[in-house]
Amino acid sequence: MSAPIPGAAEIARRVAARDTSAEAVTRAHLDRIAARDPSLDAFLAVTADRALAQARRVDAAIAGGGAAGPLAGVPVAVKDLLDIEGTVTTCGSRMLEGYRPPFTATAVQRLEAAGAVVIGKTNMDEFAMGSSTENSAYKVTRNPWDRTRVPGGSSGGSAVAVSTGMAALALGTDTGGSIRQPAALCGVVGLKPTYGRVSRYGVVAFASSLDQVGPFGRTVEDVALAASAICGIDTADATSAPVEVPDFRAGLAAGASGLRIGVPWSFLQSGVDAGVMAAFRQSLADFEAAGAHTVEVTLAHAPHAIATYYIVATAEASSNLARFDGVRYGLRVPAPDLRHMYGETRDRGFGAEVKRRIILGTFVLSAGYYDAYYRRAQQVRTLIRRDFEDAFRQCDVVALPTTPTPAFRLGEKTDDPLQMYLEDIFTVPANLAGIPGLSLPGGFVGGLPVGVQLLGRPFDEGTLLRLGHAYQQRTDHHKQRPPETGLHD
Amino acid sequence: MPPVTVETVDHVARLAHLSLTAEERVAFARQLEQVLAYAESIQALDTTGVEPMSHAAARETFREDVVRQSLPRDTFLEAAPDGADGLFRVPRVLGG
Repeated sequence: MSAPIPGAAEIARRVAARDTSAEAVTRAHLDRIAARDPSLDAFLAVTADRALAQARRVDAAIAGGGAAGPLAGVPVAVKDLLDIEGTVTTCGSRMLEGYRPPFTATAVQRLEAAGAVVIGKTNMDEFAMGSSTENSAYKVTRNPWDRTRVPGGSSGGSAVAVSTGMAALALGTDTGGSIRQPAALCGVVGLKPTYGRVSRYGVVAFASSLDQVGPFGRTVEDVALAASAICGIDTADATSAPVEVPDFRAGLAAGASGLRIGVPWSFLQSGVDAGVMAAFRQSLADFEAAGAHTVEVTLAHAPHAIATYYIVATAEASSNLARFDGVRYGLRVPAPDLRHMYGETRDRGFGAEVKRRIILGTFVLSAGYYDAYYRRAQQVRTLIRRDFEDAFRQCDVVALPTTPTPAFRLGEKTDDPLQMYLEDIFTVPANLAGIPGLSLPGGFVGGLPVGVQLLGRPFDEGTLLRLGHAYQQRTDHHKQRPPETGLHD
Repeated sequence: MPPVTVETVDHVARLAHLSLTAEERVAFARQLEQVLAYAESIQALDTTGVEPMSHAAARETFREDVVRQSLPRDTFLEAAPDGADGLFRVPRVLGG
């Protein structure tokens, strides 16, 4: 058993107190990446020089008497669809191999302004389409709890980096569960903020009405620190919301007393692994022991969320990904005329899942099918959102397992897209409704971590975090770390 | 539900400017049919009078309509496969 790896709050405190330096912390994490990542493949790029330069800036500012930022010296891993000026953004796709964006995502700018140190870009399902990170064009990321299993996705590399201490925090994006699901399967905390809470500027778009940036951390406190740094209005994103951002960490002390947790039991009746259900029931008991109480709520249309999601999300994706045509960025396959250049570039640049979703999305938008599929899915989306509005009249948060099963085996679902889509059953409703969701380490099933998920009212991340923090005061799931594997595993 | 044939996939692929291999065409037809069959469940719901929801934003926020400095044109052209003379160069458009 090795010493616990310090988290974001502790690193920032020690760097501010000059008990250690940002540079020393950064070097320790770079060493850890060098030791651990060859057997996990969480990172697509390690930005060591840029990280050390930022760390030295943070140290110099503190040495010069400046105020230390709330994330001073905290190493952060960034999913490879958030742009960093001059650093390659691949989106896990051959289409963008070598593409260097000329701007930096607002969420990354804000983390760095708070003193954080970006140490690398993490692996992901191509264009964030997938639930296992197996759709990356570059490498297969492994679950650190069992290397024969997936880490979840699409932000799988970010979840693994935090789970194994290669980074203290990470950024991901969540369009249908892509932060919460890998967080659950890797045993870390993942927050999908309310739609509009975090700017999408500099984030490669998958489904613009659903995409949201959010943090991973090993504790709720660390995630609260990151959330306070990245949330807030940004004039570069017209959907970012003019809603005040509280000091989420300061709000944690309020505790769970009196909070009402709604449980949609009828939504949980089938298809959930028995071990996951047992862990979920234990989590509810722990929430109650922390002072919350549970009530039953109904999400009548939630069983239709997957069908709705895979129509809405693919329709938006087919439109968003039209821009990858060999003209403005990334790959171009030469051809004698423009039409063939488009077709050959997109054939070579996109992997199977991306093509599949472009086909599905183009189909549901095409003449004759628009009303029956796309428009109807948008109407069902309204019904799903109304169900949550009704539920939040009876409760403060809704609780669900994050996933129906623990991590599945590599290759298990790659040939069956529908089975892969069903993995997202408990996470997509929040994206469709635009509400925040928090996945917490919620126990273990057969040695694999599983997650418990809290969903809240729009812009009420604070309540999710304070209930999650109260839960972590009474449970130690989040303190368990995956086995340290060496050269011989 | 309409039958999904290879011809359906070909039509959609043309709309999306995707060139597909023979194997992809067959596999996508089968998988598209599977996913659409699963999505049939929403056809039975009563959506009479329900407004379609196009996004989850509380409201869109507009900035003042004033001219602002944008990034220099060349930074974008440098990131393109074939940028030259202030333009994106592409192969022949007509008469191919």
